[in-house]
Amino acid sequence: MSYHFGNWPPPFGIEYRVDAVNALLALLISGVALFLLPWAKTSVNLEIPERQGPFYALFLLALSGLMGITLTGDAFNVFVFLEISSLSTYALIAHGQDRRALKAAFRYLIMGTIGATFFLIGIGFLYAMTGTLNMADLAERLPEVRDSNVVHAALAFIVVGLGLKLALFPLHLWLPNAYAFAPNFITAFLAATATKVALYVMLRFIFTVFSPEFSFTAMPLAAVLMTLAIAGMVAGSWVAMFEVNLKRLLAYSSVAQVGYMVLGVSLVTAAGVAAGILHLFNHALMKAALFAALGTIYYQIGSVRLTEIAGMGRHMPWTFTAFALAGLSLIGVPLTAGFTSKWYLVIAALDAGQPWLIVIIMATSLLAIYYIWRVVEAAWFHDTPEGAALPNEAPLSLLVPLWVLVALNFYFGLDTRLNVGGAEAAARTLIGGAP
Amino acid sequence: MELLGHYNYYVVVILMMIGLYTIIARGNLVKKVIGLNIFQTSVFILFISLGKISGASTPVWRDGVEVYSNPLPHVLILTAIVVGVATTSVALALAVRIHEAYGSLDDDELRGSHGPDDSIT
Repeated sequence: MSYHFGNWPPPFGIEYRVDAVNALLALLISGVALFLLPWAKTSVNLEIPERQGPFYALFLLALSGLMGITLTGDAFNVFVFLEISSLSTYALIAHGQDRRALKAAFRYLIMGTIGATFFLIGIGFLYAMTGTLNMADLAERLPEVRDSNVVHAALAFIVVGLGLKLALFPLHLWLPNAYAFAPNFITAFLAATATKVALYVMLRFIFTVFSPEFSFTAMPLAAVLMTLAIAGMVAGSWVAMFEVNLKRLLAYSSVAQVGYMVLGVSLVTAAGVAAGILHLFNHALMKAALFAALGTIYYQIGSVRLTEIAGMGRHMPWTFTAFALAGLSLIGVPLTAGFTSKWYLVIAALDAGQPWLIVIIMATSLLAIYYIWRVVEAAWFHDTPEGAALPNEAPLSLLVPLWVLVALNFYFGLDTRLNVGGAEAAARTLIGGAP
Repeated sequence: MELLGHYNYYVVVILMMIGLYTIIARGNLVKKVIGLNIFQTSVFILFISLGKISGASTPVWRDGVEVYSNPLPHVLILTAIVVGVATTSVALALAVRIHEAYGSLDDDELRGSHGPDDSIT
């Protein structure tokens, strides 16, 4: 499907183009926003008591920016939408109650702008070599000039720039603090969408614009991505094991999960890319549910530190059960969405003749069991701290949307037609070349 | 001749490195923003240089001119400049809020003023 802005036919005008890949992403982003917003109302009322109008306006701006990145078929348009969504994101993160939110937003701004500017340099090189900015047109013209150093540099700049945006290890340093101090609603939304969209843009450029033959044969991209993915999986999970602030714990776990997605892509097989996209979809579901559960805990207790939730599972059983169930999905227990994507990842690793990857996937899943278990243990098996106010169960306006999110994790673990089918169709489109 | 012909691009690379170095090395947040601006400007010059055709005129239609420069990079950079201005204003607004909250703009003083949550960057 293709829409031409102002009726200028591409490659002269800006084109919006929807195919199997970005249709799934657009569905994911709008779906996450749809299911999170009912939950957000109560949570935002507590955390941002004043000036909610601009706050929601910024949120809608970020949402439209992310949708724009997903749908556009024009390379420069991606940059513009990337900045629209990023700028509103910086402002949203700065809304956090803790003053450290300001610092986190500032650091994210610096790193994010460097990333976006690197991406812009890459696009500039591509334009210099081909004279076009339309992605489909770029894909047609690049093979003629692919041996030039400029095109190699363009790919490198684009991958590094987007690597910053998608928090690929070791470019993830902005992420933990930005997630930890943002308002809970924003954390849940960003964790489920922002890094996913950056990963989509990377896939789009690696596969559609540059073609896999160039990206993976002329450049050692597969080896680089695989190394960074594994390093991210191990390091992210490792740090998460010792983190006491639960929002930071989940943020480091996000770094690890981005590793799984990139690992799938770095196998460069249709099955591997499908597993990566599937994990992208499922991880958005789990993290939306987990951060929504944390937001609910914060709403009742006023803290998300491990020491202060001790014993609270007995007082807020519905909230903590939701957290534990979403955690099962993160670990990858059968019947959950997390299981399907890890299953496909393992199969893809076997097919690609790299069985040793399974060991790493299993090992990092074990670490995930450990860090989710710490929360469960603290919530149910530790005594409540002396003198702490005993919370009641959270209000229904938070619990109902939260449980809908948790239920989605199980629904997509059992009925996999939409996510697995969508991911496989997307992978076929990407590997097959022309969009 | 070849070396001088690429004069613009040397300027771009030098400015880019000055900008990146400023972002990394300077502790003051406002100086980091300035570095960011220099970094972005270098990319603008890169794009504008791409559009220049030697001996060509400005891309405005008039008699007696055969060769025009490529206007598209100019338009792109106009957009990018707007984005850059927006980024700078958000960054400065954040810097003002940080100064209100912490009473300092220096990276070293901001760091380590909290507990363990604050350790990384």
